[in-house]
Amino acid sequence: MAVEFEPKIVGFLCNWCSYAGADMAGTSRMSYPTNIRIIRVPCSGRIDPLFVAKAFQMGADGVLIAGCHPGDCHYAEGNYHLRRRFALLRPFLDYLGIDKERFRLEWVSASEGKRFTEVVTSFTEQVRRIGPRVALGGPRAETSPAEVEAH
Amino acid sequence: MFVCHCGTNIAGVVDIARVVEAAKRMPQVVYVSDNKYTCSDPGQGSIKNAIGEHKLDRVVVSACSPRMHEKTFRKAVAQAGLNPYMLEIANIREHDSWVHAFDKEGATAKAIELVRLAVAKVSRDAQLHARQIGLTKRALVIGGGIAGIQAALDIANSGHEVVVVEREATIGGRMAQVDKTFPTLDCSACILSPKMVELSSHPRVTLLTYAEVVSVKGFLGNFEVEIRQKARKVDHASCTGCGTCWQKCPEKVKSDFDLGLGERTAIYIPFPQAVPPKPVIDLESCRYMKYLAFTASGAEGKKPPQCRICEKLCPTGSIDWEQKDKILTEKFGAIVVATGFKTFDHSAYGEYGAGAYPDVITGLQLERMMSASGPTGGEVRRPSDGAHPKTVVFVSCVGSRDEAKGRAYCSKVCCMYIAKHAIMLKEHDPEVQSFVFYIDIRAGGKGYEEFVRRAQEEYGAIYLRGRVSKIYQEGRKLKVLGEDSLIGRPVEIDADLVVLATGIEPSTGVVDLAQRLSISYDTDRFLVEAHPKLRPVETQTDGVFLAGVCIGPKDIPETVAQGSAAAAKVAALFSQEYITTDPMTATVDLMKCTGCMLCAQVCPFKAIGSQTMRDGKVLANVNESLCKGCGLCAAACRGKAIDLRGFTNQQLLAEVTSLWQ
Ligand SMILES: Cc1cc2nc3c(=O)[nH]c(=O)nc-3n(C[C@H](O)[C@H](O)[C@H](O)COP(=O)(O)OP(=O)(O)OC[C@H]3O[C@@H](n4cnc5c(N)ncnc54)[C@H](O)[C@@H]3O)c2cc1C
Ligand code: FES
Repeated sequence: MAVEFEPKIVGFLCNWCSYAGADMAGTSRMSYPTNIRIIRVPCSGRIDPLFVAKAFQMGADGVLIAGCHPGDCHYAEGNYHLRRRFALLRPFLDYLGIDKERFRLEWVSASEGKRFTEVVTSFTEQVRRIGPRVALGGPRAETSPAEVEAH
Repeated sequence: MFVCHCGTNIAGVVDIARVVEAAKRMPQVVYVSDNKYTCSDPGQGSIKNAIGEHKLDRVVVSACSPRMHEKTFRKAVAQAGLNPYMLEIANIREHDSWVHAFDKEGATAKAIELVRLAVAKVSRDAQLHARQIGLTKRALVIGGGIAGIQAALDIANSGHEVVVVEREATIGGRMAQVDKTFPTLDCSACILSPKMVELSSHPRVTLLTYAEVVSVKGFLGNFEVEIRQKARKVDHASCTGCGTCWQKCPEKVKSDFDLGLGERTAIYIPFPQAVPPKPVIDLESCRYMKYLAFTASGAEGKKPPQCRICEKLCPTGSIDWEQKDKILTEKFGAIVVATGFKTFDHSAYGEYGAGAYPDVITGLQLERMMSASGPTGGEVRRPSDGAHPKTVVFVSCVGSRDEAKGRAYCSKVCCMYIAKHAIMLKEHDPEVQSFVFYIDIRAGGKGYEEFVRRAQEEYGAIYLRGRVSKIYQEGRKLKVLGEDSLIGRPVEIDADLVVLATGIEPSTGVVDLAQRLSISYDTDRFLVEAHPKLRPVETQTDGVFLAGVCIGPKDIPETVAQGSAAAAKVAALFSQEYITTDPMTATVDLMKCTGCMLCAQVCPFKAIGSQTMRDGKVLANVNESLCKGCGLCAAACRGKAIDLRGFTNQQLLAEVTSLWQ
């Protein structure tokens, strides 16, 4: 029997809202799939398309970006810049042969632990449904926990 | 590398031994240990020892969120002689053990990857040096309710200047509207008025009523705030508050302060003990203003009267029709937000008449009626016919604990003020019979439970557990249909007056204000504290503090305590001569910069200017005291010439890559 595909998801979260929202999910002992690996950035506006491209190049099955709700960015407008960048970057993924649905942007505030949980759960499900990535040319790692440790 | 068990918080889910083993195999890692509680004294001690013993030059702590203890561990490594920024934290608690309690295997695998990620980052950490800059020892308090008053007084008494910005024409907030206070029944005005006067006459306090915060720039210690002083059309410098104008003004409108139960004039003070005791002209109802608007519009027809009676009668010539809104720009070192609350608008409850029945009122309206200086001179009368009500029904949790109305939370003070009202009504008129429909009685607080019991036992209030399903007018009475769920029977009461305990919600405009201050608010729009337990009056934005009901529903004692707490925080801040800035700012690589200045365009803080090099090239230049470290510039730079310290491109890319190593 085939083992269920476990996608690897990279999450870039802004420090002030979404990272804190993810903390809140923890403090409230909510639960979501383990697939996401969170990278903290000061603001969603710090996220360079390069980071996203790198993640996909490395073999990420999904990339999640989360920032403060529009209007709530700690630096006033970082998330607006990010939103524009996201809109430009997403269609571009098609050219690279990466399903757009593997790339998601969400607004999660510091108090929305529940929302963060829902976002991660639904995104993980979505990426799981899309299935494993087709190799890009870059290293496509089929890492299992055991292999990770063996390193 | 230090892996924390956090008691069983982490160790109960993540297999620490496997994390330690995996960490040992990571190339840059030379030393790994695990601790029960790394943040404890012995825990921190073991970090310091290991740094000395093993000549460590960077440290990873795998523990709780960096938002929790990053500062703690930075301090610890600094004490051991390392640069405090040579530290990274792998969040294996909030982001791992706590959210994956049901998948120990997955959580352990994830922990190992999070550790690897932190190692990738720490290996690329550079020594950073915080700078010290001066601060303005002057505080801004936004909101002049009891929270703001207490905070401002305490700050002023600790020797610092304070500016209080209050939106309304008077300070006092909701407490000024309340008649007596539970559980001691001392009169609200008697304990509040002296404080209001003390504030307004304090040599270190500047009171700006009828004013609002327009914009906030800067940062901890150095905020620059624009305040709009709304036009009052009255020169407060010369006005003596004699009262001739508001006694003689012919234009009457409903009073907001009395919640529509009474009237005020167009030139008015909200209530007799208002501070400052000087009037403002309400531009919307003033006859002369209407006249001016009419003539300016060039419309045909009969002109409204010119009036200007106040101007003619004012003995000091203080009426100033030319007065306009004024913008003041002020510098502050700290800001306390104390914007309080308003009550839930019960028109959302169709089953209770949606505000259509005059004799269905709110708890706050009843307070106004009971107040001796209120619209009815302290007598409780039915708004419809002025009769003294004999049968009064209280409905609790209107707009509280009702998810269908989008209000899941408990407003905390309603159970208590209902009991207070039941007691007061009986004292006003022994013939009154009160019925209270409640869901649960929440009376946690010193003397609170006893107080509710007194309402029931001594004052004969009948408490019925259940929701009211419908209220409708039947003749002069209000039919109240409810249920007594304890005996499981429907109840029907013919009431003279129904009092809805409308819940507490944040003040209008709080979201705009929060955005101006870069502080967070939750889904109910209450402001979010930096830590719900340990930092209850701080925010995530350094130098901005909170107090009172703007954080969440609470009573006066708690509100006052928070006002003082916020003031103590401000005073502690002002006891320093310098503040240390965050060194995680942008930096330009002059070899790569082409001078396109895209970075300057995207910078929200105008922190990037230009510099002319010796060869005449114009390149970007970061003003570090203005830079807040958002990294927008770094993401925008095409040539990767500008980078963000502490979150460099190299670090973030290495973090990504580490996940596939
Ligand atoms: C019906 C009723 C009865 C109560 N009875 C009691 C009681 O008996 N005992 C008790 O302990 N508690 C009682 N409470 C609770 C009590 O009213 C509150 O605890 C207290 O008023 C909270 O004070 P605050 O300063 O936080 O807020 P507020 O009193 O609401 O003050 C906030 C102030 O900020 C101003 N403001 C708002 N937004 C801005 C802005 N953007 N810019 C400038 N200014 C702004 C407002 O105009 C207001 O003056 C009662 C509450 C209600 C509703
Ligand atoms: S800080 Fe959260 S998006 Fe800018």
